[in-house]
Amino acid sequence: MSRSLQLGPDGRLVHLLSTEGLPAETLRHILDTADQFVSVNEREVKKVPLLRGRSLFNVFFENSTRTRTTFEIAAKRLSADVVNLNIGASSTAKGESLLDTVWNLQAMDADMFVVRHKEAGAPHLVARHVKPGVHVINAGDGRHAHPTQGLLDVYTIRHYKKDFSRLVVAIVGDILHSRVARSQIHALKTLGVPEVRVIGPRTLLPADVERLGVRVFHDMAAGLRGCDVVMTLRLQSERMSGPLLPSAGEFNKAYGLTPEKLAQASPDAIVMHPGPMNRGVEIDSSVADGGQSVIMPQVTFGIAVRMAVMAILAGNA
Amino acid sequence: MAARLPEAEALIDSLAQALRGSVNSETGLVGIYSGGAWVAQRLHRALGLQLPVGQLAITLHRDDFDRIGLHREQRRSHLPFPVEGRDILLVDDVLHTGRTIRAALNELWDFGRPKSVRLVALVDRGGRELPIAADFTGAKVDVDAGESLVLSEENGRLRLTAVKASP
Repeated sequence: MSRSLQLGPDGRLVHLLSTEGLPAETLRHILDTADQFVSVNEREVKKVPLLRGRSLFNVFFENSTRTRTTFEIAAKRLSADVVNLNIGASSTAKGESLLDTVWNLQAMDADMFVVRHKEAGAPHLVARHVKPGVHVINAGDGRHAHPTQGLLDVYTIRHYKKDFSRLVVAIVGDILHSRVARSQIHALKTLGVPEVRVIGPRTLLPADVERLGVRVFHDMAAGLRGCDVVMTLRLQSERMSGPLLPSAGEFNKAYGLTPEKLAQASPDAIVMHPGPMNRGVEIDSSVADGGQSVIMPQVTFGIAVRMAVMAILAGNA
Repeated sequence: MAARLPEAEALIDSLAQALRGSVNSETGLVGIYSGGAWVAQRLHRALGLQLPVGQLAITLHRDDFDRIGLHREQRRSHLPFPVEGRDILLVDDVLHTGRTIRAALNELWDFGRPKSVRLVALVDRGGRELPIAADFTGAKVDVDAGESLVLSEENGRLRLTAVKASP
């Protein structure tokens, strides 16, 4: 039986498509490797030659300047050549299929693809069709997964809380549409976090969310009580008014993270957000910029975690 | 079997003697993980140097990454003083092909441009594949090509042993 598309026959990581199904050992290997790269990023020369002579293609079928930039910085600090392709604006408009695009890039000797697509499973499709030795990293596919975000979040938690085995972690907001939440939950459960809570209105929680091993709360105060980590999610603007929510203001009143609501959590709880934030919707400015916020360190650690993933994949040819 | 190996502790004592006239309060002592770092700590103590001792991990500059990939590595370079413009003593346990030293120099340069670097090796087993030589050597030793020289620490004492190299 094949272990999954992500792991080679010897169990080594060959693509990063999802945090689901990755063994704890693999996750820890990525986090430990990221530790090394955090120190590289603090040096005078923020560059190491591991990916020298290799080409990484950022293939984004869905726009995202921020995520693409973090992958670009990570690859450049590993000395890779980076090509950014905003496909939304070019080939698909001309009718080229996803695989045609990838095959064309592969013919240009790409070694690694970072793929973002609005359809779940698109990076998996690419991974199934690339040559051996070519690696694929999922940079977000539909509502399915965003594994490097999930990994940088668990890296940040480990940095501040050291030990996963006694933590209570709450994820707040639009779980239903969030590939980030799914990647976080799988990583947290695999690494042994005993209690992962999801907090949100019924309309923004998947019907079968308990199957992921989480506790469900609809009341913010109850859900936050005693939490060590509060992870807020971005509320997509297209969901702020519509059938699922009355308004952004109503959402903020019930689920926006304010100092008063945060007071329910443990006094040394950390506050996280994957960015970009809607201040005054899912999180208040006083919390986002407050003493418990680790939102900016998340961004910094994100570079190191993406460097770790790329270096591990490149070494597992 | 290789000839009897020298006592590591005695070699460190004689290296410290040899280095005494070549260091001052601004000299930066840097050991290469893991054996070189142990030797550097001993030398640091014996010489009574003022700057704290530094350590270099060479993983990120190895030249066999394409073959062996990136293995789990907890060790990290730590240089507790500015490298820029400083005289550096780079310390390793076993000098062999010279590839470790090449990688260590690249790693060192990522922290700044030293004024000078001199190489200290506990033992030199020959077999160089690069134009690299030590400035201070504890001893030259003969080891069979199929053997590795390993420095280990037991009960606070360093010891050299020859082991069959893994294929």
